[in-house]
Order: sequence, then structure tokens, then C-alpha cells
Amino acid sequence: MAKTALQFQHNGREVAIFVDGGTNLLVALRELIGDMTPKFGCGQGGCGTCSVLIDGELHLSCLTLAETVAGRSVETLDGIKDGPNLHPLQRAFADNFAAQCGYCTPGMLMAAKALLDRNPQPSRAEVVEAISGNICRCTGYEPIINAVLAAASGGRARA
Amino acid sequence: MTRHRGRGIASVNYPIGMNLGGDPSQALVHSNPSGKFTVALSSIDLGQGMKSVTRQICAETLGVPVEDVYVDTADSDTGPHCMGSFASRGTHRVGNAVMAAAREARGVMMEAAAEELEVNAADLETDGRGNIHVKGAPHRSISTKDVAIAAQFKQGKTISGRGIFLVPLSDVDPETGEMSPATCYAHACLVAEVEVDDETGEVDMVRMDSAYELGRALNPRLVEQQLVGGAWMGVSHALYETPEPYYPEPVHGPRDFVEYLMPGPGDICPHDIAVLERPAPDGPFGAKGPGEMCANPVLPAVANAIFNAVGVRIDDLPITPEKVLRAIRAQGGARPQPRR
Repeated sequence: MAKTALQFQHNGREVAIFVDGGTNLLVALRELIGDMTPKFGCGQGGCGTCSVLIDGELHLSCLTLAETVAGRSVETLDGIKDGPNLHPLQRAFADNFAAQCGYCTPGMLMAAKALLDRNPQPSRAEVVEAISGNICRCTGYEPIINAVLAAASGGRARA
Repeated sequence: MTRHRGRGIASVNYPIGMNLGGDPSQALVHSNPSGKFTVALSSIDLGQGMKSVTRQICAETLGVPVEDVYVDTADSDTGPHCMGSFASRGTHRVGNAVMAAAREARGVMMEAAAEELEVNAADLETDGRGNIHVKGAPHRSISTKDVAIAAQFKQGKTISGRGIFLVPLSDVDPETGEMSPATCYAHACLVAEVEVDDETGEVDMVRMDSAYELGRALNPRLVEQQLVGGAWMGVSHALYETPEPYYPEPVHGPRDFVEYLMPGPGDICPHDIAVLERPAPDGPFGAKGPGEMCANPVLPAVANAIFNAVGVRIDDLPITPEKVLRAIRAQGGARPQPRR
């Protein structure tokens, strides 16, 4: 089968790869670009751990055909820190013990980032809704909700 | 339709680890020429924090900063034998093994330091910041790094230690059949408050209040993290999770995350936790371990709270809305029990 040339922005960097028809974005990111931060959980949009931002909007990369991101901007967990400095959300997750096994963490962080990018001061209910598509098996969600709220109020303190 | 509030309580006497085969775990500790230490384990950290806790235990026993200890886990090719991460045994069993290994390594380290300082090893102490000095004479001092270099390149010594923890075999009394299945018990008590809808059978968690006695909490934040997450799992077992939720035929059961029911972030309730520390005589620095006990008391407490709310006794998990509703109908309506 012929491969298709595909160009898009990956964490601000222009990338060009060849993909088979039907390749999903998760496979393209992990296997062709080598960005292992989006995780494979269920492969059918039920767990959220493969979440990425496409043009700033939250998407499940396992359900996104790679070819649909041509010319668009894809942001993954790998791109949210600023050099050696953690993103405020990553800092807040660490400070609030919001990870145990860590498998849901990349998706949780991207879902939280999508929320804070459009709503920097969310209510607790808005945080709950924002992460409700992401499954966590270890933390009981409470520390994750607290971490997102802490990152949001940290942002306010700096502003 | 009426929503009934109910409160239930449960207590747990939880054995740490098991007895069969002595439940052993091993650890090896060695220094590197940099003066930093490696702990080799095959034990696995599933996210509960065993790596952090064994690191703390090793650093404390050696008398070196925690930053100077690296823990290598989860590979039976490079680490000595471990029974596994289950039965709330990690902190207690693996921690004891690490402590024994670190103690032996510390002995060699102090001997090597004594040789360099030309004093008796019994007169030396560690400052916890990476130095060894003569008791009462802090200026007669050598860094652990220099000791490691001297041991490696001059004295020809390995600063290393081996550790194992094995529970003594408990014989069965031929007269009574009595034996001691465990050497160390942790305890918990949890009160669950629920709201039961007598028209739909739905159970909502309102709040939980708990007290856990788990020996010394070696890392209080990790303990709290485990208790919070474990209680969520308890709620999930009590009210949601089963591969065959509604019908006896497995073909109707869930096949994936979409169909397998678990409480989401919107289904959690406030949980107030008190940690009581009663150091265990045979635990590393008195630790027992929270482990499975985080989830265990939630299930009976929730079942009791449902009985208190509507008077139905469900003894088959999970307590689904269908089971609650059928039981309420069978007894001719909700019968709220007195609240104490």
C-alpha cells in the first residue's frame, strides 16, 4: 500500500513522516516520531491516556487518523515544559502527589492544560468535568483535582 | 421518591504479609566509587511508593543523605529474590531486608573509614550529610565519598551488604490447631455515609471518615496518597466493579474500559483520614504498611450504611442499583433504621 507524506507541527517543530492509510495519530507520534508521552491505554477512546492537543483542542490520538492533522499543530506532554522548567501543572501534580503508577498522568495533564488554556480559573466542578474522560486507577482522582485547582490558583498568584 | 441517608461502620485487623514459606524478601546494597549507594531489589513499585520508602530506609540506616541512595527495582536478573508486591508486605518485608543489607554495608563503611582515620570503628559516627567523624570530634572527619574511593582503590574492600527478612515458621499446636499466621497487624476503622434513592436503587457516597493505625508512617504524604486512592478503590468494589454486573451470562459483561463500571472524578466524596502511629516492634523503623487495608474497610462500611439507610442487607458485591431496588421491593419499601 502506498504511504502518504504527512507534515504537521509537533510541539512547535515542523515534522514530516510517511504514514500508511489508516495509521492513527498515537501510532504516528510514538512509532514514527518517537514521542512516547502519549500512552496507549484502550485504543478505543475509553481511557484518555493518549490525549493530545490539536490546534489547542483536546483530542484522543488513538481515535484520530494521522492524516487529518496535516498542516495542523499537535501538542503532547513532551512539549509543555519550558526547557528544564516543569509546566505549572506538572509542578502542581508533583506537589500534590497526583500520580502513583503514572500511566494516566500524560492524558490527565493534557486534559487539564486544555481546560486551563481556555478557563484559567475553573471551579472544582469544571475541573471534574474536564478530566471525566480520563481514567485513573490509583489516586481516587481527589489529588488530581486538587493539583489542577492549585495550578490554576498559582497562575492567579503570578498574574 | 425519597432519598434516605444512612451511616455504616467497619473495622479491620489486617495481617501484614503472609506466613507461607516464611514470606522472604532479599536486598543487596553496595557503594559506588562516588560514595553513593545502590540498593538492588527485584521487588516492584506499582506506584505505591516502595522505591521512595526503601530509599529512605537505606539512607537512614547507612547514615547518608537520601539523595545519595539509588534504588534499582523490578528486575529478577539484577536484584535478589522477592516474593512480590502484595499482601501489604512491601514496606515491612522489603524494608526489613533493605535495613539488614544497609546495616551490613554500614559496618564495612565504618571499618574502611576507621582505617583511613586511624581510629577504632566503634568511635565513629555518621552525620547524615555524607561525612563520618570521630564521636565528639567533628573535625576528625572523612566524607563517605573518600571512604568509598579508599575502599575501592586502596583497601580492596567492597562496601556492601546483604539482607533478607524471613518470618519464623509458626508451628501448629497439635492439640488446638492454633498457630500465628502473621507477626504484625495493622488496623483501620471507617465510617461511610451514603444516600440511597428508594425509587432507582442508586447509592451515592456522601462522605467517609477513617482512622488507620499502620505502625510508623515512614513517608506521611505517600501514606495519605495510598489511603485516598485505596478508599476510592474500595468504593468502586462496593458499588461498581464486576465483570458480570447485571446478568449471570459473561457474554453480557463488560469487555473494556467503556463498559466496565468504575466511579469517575464526579462520584467521589469528601474523606477525612486520621493516621495513628503505633510503631511495630518487628517493622523497619516501626513501619507496618497501609497496602490493601486502604480499600478493605470501605466495602462492609458501605454495605452497613445501605442497611442503615433503607433496611436492606445486601451480601453480594457490588451493590448495584438493581440489587438494592429488588431488596427494597421484596421487603415492601424502604425501612430506614435508627441513626446513632
